Amino acid sequence: MKNKSLISINDFTKEEYFRVLDLAEEFQKNPNQQLLSDYVIASLFFEPSTRTRLSFETAIQRLGGKVIGFSEASSSSVSKGESLKDTILTVSRYADLIIMRHSIEGSARYASEVSNKPIINAGDGSNQHPTQCLLDLYSIRKSQGTLENLNLFLVGDLKYGRTVHSLLMAMSEFNPVFNFVSPPTLRMPQEYKDYLDEKGIKYYEHHQLDDNLKHADIVYMTRVQRERFSDPMEYEKVKNAYVLNNKMLDNTKENLRIMHPLPRVNEIDTDVDTNPKAYYFEQAENGVYARMALMCLILGVVK
Amino acid sequence: MKSELKVKAIEKGTVIDHIKPEALYKILSIIGIEKIDTQVFIGNNLDSEKYGKKAIIKIADKFPSIDDINKIALIDPHAVINIIRDYQVVEKKKVELPEKIEGFVKCINPKCITNHEKVETKFKVVIKDEKVNLKCYYCEKITGQDNIEVIR
Repeated sequence: MKNKSLISINDFTKEEYFRVLDLAEEFQKNPNQQLLSDYVIASLFFEPSTRTRLSFETAIQRLGGKVIGFSEASSSSVSKGESLKDTILTVSRYADLIIMRHSIEGSARYASEVSNKPIINAGDGSNQHPTQCLLDLYSIRKSQGTLENLNLFLVGDLKYGRTVHSLLMAMSEFNPVFNFVSPPTLRMPQEYKDYLDEKGIKYYEHHQLDDNLKHADIVYMTRVQRERFSDPMEYEKVKNAYVLNNKMLDNTKENLRIMHPLPRVNEIDTDVDTNPKAYYFEQAENGVYARMALMCLILGVVK
Repeated sequence: MKSELKVKAIEKGTVIDHIKPEALYKILSIIGIEKIDTQVFIGNNLDSEKYGKKAIIKIADKFPSIDDINKIALIDPHAVINIIRDYQVVEKKKVELPEKIEGFVKCINPKCITNHEKVETKFKVVIKDEKVNLKCYYCEKITGQDNIEVIR
């Protein structure tokens, strides 16, 4: 894994993912280690993101590494018209590893071709966000004790949500059952259902969150965004159909955990937050350990 | 009108035959017909036993590169390329789809890096329901057969 870029979830093998997850577990037990004290890591956020950037930067700081970079394109030379290629060629001469988020799709793959230092894609538009997938896998394994044979409910915007698409692809390796809950206009795209059909994985589609939840091991909530609807009436009609509240968790399985990539708006009622089944803030915390593990393996400080 | 559509024979060069009429103009564009300075004859909506109607392109004194053949395959995988010498067909080439397409097709995704910076496009060829789909190496989006646009 040393010097390998992570751009898309398909770049790593199953074994490599397990290596990251195992190491993340060790970091969770002992998060403050001076493993990256000799490294400078660039954090290039051409597009703002609170959680992902802070999570990466926390991971670097806890490991004693140094961070350079910017949190939005306006504070970089991009605002002077510099090309992505030139920015990457320059920064790759400063830093040992580049973490980047950019709204242009394929930008991270291109950066990995241009750069002589490894790149971690922290999101390229609607395309890929592999470290989110990594922390989701870590969170599922940690909360359930396994990734195998789980019943997963994916809820909300299943059409445009890149996190649910990556999660679907990744979890398909572990014999899951999927339940898709979305408004009719935001259903899981056919290409992903075809993929599940090919792999012989069972899935069910629902338009409502109801007592079918009693079978769930994981409920993965996502935001239904107003801007996805051309007709505002349509949005008003569906927006409350995908809100999870505490009462709905009665009669659900003991091991059920509620996940959400965050930020949340109103799709999980705040009365769920104190329920032991709520897992989304822990999930965010897990992102730090998963990213610590990933960076250490890519930089080769841990084998 | 029919008699006017007969296409002149060439002594040597290339005949691209059995083109579907709807693919003709795209093929002309993709092979860069306007840059060819030898004699070119084009026929469209000719009678075809196979498809009912077909188009044909005859280009004197030029022979196609592998790249040209790949480009034609992308637009019309049923086209046949004949190499002509002394008015005879000396070689028949069935066009074959390559696994990868580099450099001449535009990615349909306006948010793709290849449409924002000077990056040569790269696609993986994926056949789905008998249609050619091009999966962008960068943004991973699919450019479908009907949306293929050539970079000039």
